[in-house]
Amino acid sequence: MQGSAAHTAAPGGSEGHGASHASVRDYVIGFALSIILTAVPFGLVMAGTIPASTAVPVCLALAVVQIVVHLVYFLHMNRASSRSWNMAALIFTVVVVAILGAGTIWVMYHLNLNMMPGMMPNDAT
Amino acid sequence: MSVASHADTPLAATAAHDHADSHEDGSLTILGFWIYLMSDCILFASLFAAFAVLRDQTAGGPSARDIFDIPYVAVETACLLVSSFTYGLAMIAVERRNKAWVLRWLVITILLGLSFVGLEVHEFIHLTSEGSGPDRSAFLSAFFTLVATHGIHVTSGMIWMSVLIGHVMYRGLTPANRTRLMCLSLFWHFLDIVWIGVFTVVYLLGVA
Repeated sequence: MQGSAAHTAAPGGSEGHGASHASVRDYVIGFALSIILTAVPFGLVMAGTIPASTAVPVCLALAVVQIVVHLVYFLHMNRASSRSWNMAALIFTVVVVAILGAGTIWVMYHLNLNMMPGMMPNDAT
Repeated sequence: MSVASHADTPLAATAAHDHADSHEDGSLTILGFWIYLMSDCILFASLFAAFAVLRDQTAGGPSARDIFDIPYVAVETACLLVSSFTYGLAMIAVERRNKAWVLRWLVITILLGLSFVGLEVHEFIHLTSEGSGPDRSAFLSAFFTLVATHGIHVTSGMIWMSVLIGHVMYRGLTPANRTRLMCLSLFWHFLDIVWIGVFTVVYLLGVA
């Protein structure tokens, strides 16, 4: 069974298609961008010269950019043709994650603000 | 043989159904694994949301600023990022059917993964011994749950990688093994993506 599978898969052009979705160049570009996108927020926070109100959005924005870089250069999400279902699943997940994250923070923040003034342990201390 | 036939069945079915569709070996297995990763993504999103809500609930205990060592986390991050790159090089060796280099890059990737987990375990032991264990406050419970869940994923990835090294050594780069290496590649890069969220949301925003 293993032999027959190898026979059907190998000559069908898998070599050419395989090579098209990963190259040394992609990984090197992705790696270089990731180093920059990691070093900048770490440097900002370690230097400590920038106020938190600026550092927080900058760090979050760079994280989102780095996630996209990883998806494109390491997970090869740019080849849409044979990967449309992967892309559909990814987009669906991003939407669910956004609703889950934003919804939780929004709801819990207002609960904290409106319903429990002075009742949190760290308010008392 | 039975293990190999499991992985090959969807492939054989696709090939029989329409030969033109079978241009990517193991593509159904890989899609299935991708869907698992997306569900794992939602698991991590829940833990991130819990952490975001609880991060200021320190119950009079230490806050993020008191306990996190950013240069230490930078070293952890470097280990995981380089391991993602070396796994990518292993996948390139797979495409060139270069078994020796596949094994070399996989071993290097495992060593980097071990350094990452070792640094993380050391951090956890240090925090717990200082009385900042997961039982100290809601903030620390959420922190340990999120970061340890990621660490357990990395550990399982390394166990999986060790098993695959054995598979590749004894059976070579068969189609089934190439599909497995591809799935692990997705898993490993996915864990690096989760870590981007961890070092940003937990460590950098905690200290900034």
